[in-house]
Amino acid sequence: MSEKDLPADYVIEDAWQKLAGVTPARIALGRAGTGLPTREVLRFALAHAQARDAVHTPFDSAHTAQEIAALGFETVEIASAAPARDAYLRRPDLGRRLSDESRALLREKANGPVDLAIVVADGLSSTAIHAQAVPFLAEFKARIAEAGWRVGPVAVASQARVALGDEVGELMQALAVVVLIGERPGLSSPDSLGLYLTFAPRAGRSDAERNCISNVRGEGLSHAHAAFKLAWLLKEALARRLTGVSLKDESDLLLVEGRPPPVWIG
Amino acid sequence: MPYRHVVGPQSYVFADLRELMAKATPLRSGDMLAGIAAASAEENVAARMCLAEVPLSAFLTEALVPYERDEVTRLIIDTHDAAAFRPVSHMNVGDFRDFLLSAAATSEALSALAPGITPEMAAAVSKLMRNQDLIAVARKCRVVTKFRNTIGLPGTMAVRLQPNHPTDDPAGITASILDGLLYGCGDAVIGINPASDSIPVLSELLKLTDGIIQRFDIPTQACVLTHVTTSTEVINRGVPVDLVFQSIAGTETANASFGISLATLKEGREAALSLKRGTLGDNVMYFETGQGSALSANAHHGVDQQTLEARAYAVARPFKPLLVNTVVGFIGPEYLYDGKQIIRAGLEDHFVGKLMGVPLGCDVCYTNHAEADQDDMDTLMTVLGAAGVTYIMGIPGSDDVMLNYQSTSFHDQLYLREVLGLKRAPEFEVWLQTMGITGPDGRLKIQHGNHPLLAAAAGLAA
Repeated sequence: MSEKDLPADYVIEDAWQKLAGVTPARIALGRAGTGLPTREVLRFALAHAQARDAVHTPFDSAHTAQEIAALGFETVEIASAAPARDAYLRRPDLGRRLSDESRALLREKANGPVDLAIVVADGLSSTAIHAQAVPFLAEFKARIAEAGWRVGPVAVASQARVALGDEVGELMQALAVVVLIGERPGLSSPDSLGLYLTFAPRAGRSDAERNCISNVRGEGLSHAHAAFKLAWLLKEALARRLTGVSLKDESDLLLVEGRPPPVWIG
Repeated sequence: MPYRHVVGPQSYVFADLRELMAKATPLRSGDMLAGIAAASAEENVAARMCLAEVPLSAFLTEALVPYERDEVTRLIIDTHDAAAFRPVSHMNVGDFRDFLLSAAATSEALSALAPGITPEMAAAVSKLMRNQDLIAVARKCRVVTKFRNTIGLPGTMAVRLQPNHPTDDPAGITASILDGLLYGCGDAVIGINPASDSIPVLSELLKLTDGIIQRFDIPTQACVLTHVTTSTEVINRGVPVDLVFQSIAGTETANASFGISLATLKEGREAALSLKRGTLGDNVMYFETGQGSALSANAHHGVDQQTLEARAYAVARPFKPLLVNTVVGFIGPEYLYDGKQIIRAGLEDHFVGKLMGVPLGCDVCYTNHAEADQDDMDTLMTVLGAAGVTYIMGIPGSDDVMLNYQSTSFHDQLYLREVLGLKRAPEFEVWLQTMGITGPDGRLKIQHGNHPLLAAAAGLAA
């Protein structure tokens, strides 16, 4: 085969690239034979590397605590019973329990009954906490002031799962606990924050007893909107003395049903 | 009844069949988390040696989950087909493995045997099998199902087109469906995981997929993967539903944590059958499963996660599903730690399902906190293709932007068809050729912007 017989390009581009603008999904990628073009293999590899790093980058708990303190919150650094990342991933039960030192520290720091305990937890994405926790709390601080809620010191928790907040809330004698946690990273969202609200926290609460606000990040739910939703849920939770499946986030429903009808198929 | 096995100076004792099965299981993080895994490599093999000598009939008399306390055990025991079981009733687990690998175990013999095989028997023999055994035997099993096309014929593999969108946006979902169809995917089902559970949103998605299937006369079926009771409600409101979906597990308490029982599944199936929407057959159910779901619901009864997964297929079996798939790597590293464990589990699940007569597909997948990557998925989909997997998922670029995990892509199924010579469901294959999407050899044709599917979507990206 001589050089002039070679096609100019081995990649077959898809004729529907303009459709890619209507979804974040990876469509109209083109192909090389049956495989992905080189540019797409590398783009995917980069996204996976970023998601992996979000899981494994060590959580900078001291720096996060400093930044939160700069917003005017009291803070306390705590850790779960999981000694390291590998143990955290294999043993979810350890991530749901406080270390003995942290339990003692919280007993010492707790300052009497409060309306809300706040836990900032690395979860499965330290990247998410590094990026979202402080700007979110800056927005939420205004909501706290507006409602006049009493809050405990913000607990900055390493190797933590959502249920760790139950024990923290109990020790702080809080009516409710909110856990800000790094969500399981996706390829297109390595830095997504989740907010879990639980009324009357105590060890052994089930996930059905919590309310969740998910996908808090730049391309998802904004910090201001998330702070509004959390304040709405907390007001309802304190008034109705419950969280979980019987407390529906009705602002969500409005958003979903207000969407325009499908564009085609007539 | 205790079981014993001696290896040199060491004598191993297993308190009952449940403990023996757990200790004989190839190592995985979920059984370690449950505290039931073998304590050493030698104990693991001693348990397998001991298990090889257990008669298959022992599984009919010694229940791993108590009969009195679990409706899944009652289903397994009460509906066991003794006549189908008779040809292997004299065998122990080790003999059974040899039989399955032998020329005597033809496709016809295995089909006749399936109703006589309990999930515990299938799980037990799989624990003695190497990966190549799981492939070789599964490849001989035939499970064919029908709704608007024929799934599971020898030499074919179907694909679920999974066009998820983080906010269920109809335009975004439509774009992914078109991309998938133009890559030759969608014969298993066009199946959407909705972000919402609101009935108006689900109804809109069902009308959207039904509209595409009707307009282009596609020989396939649609499904919006929501709770069975929600699907029943939607059917009662007159919305077009082809397949009714539900996640299922292997114990009554785990199913209760999903908000279902056998009775709920029966109601869902009857609602779907009442619509009579299948043109070729009445396999109207779609189930998903995955090792570790019972443990995560704290409903495992001390039984290993692979045996419980096999019991989920026993839950599926009487409802004559069109499709069942194990979402093998979705649950996370605390149950299946790395690529090696995910690959093993995928092959086990596929083998066990097929041996029991269930149309098993596999969501070849992983999450970003598991020790796995695309290379592991390439390996698993290739070995499953060799094993005759009923179907795999097709997701744009492998990246599910709603569920945040990675599965197989539209490109991946093209690769498998190319290297293994696998065809699509025959009715769908004909449709693709009629639409000019593929040529007579099944390969994709080069498209231009004027394809009818694209012309119909002209307003989408305006």
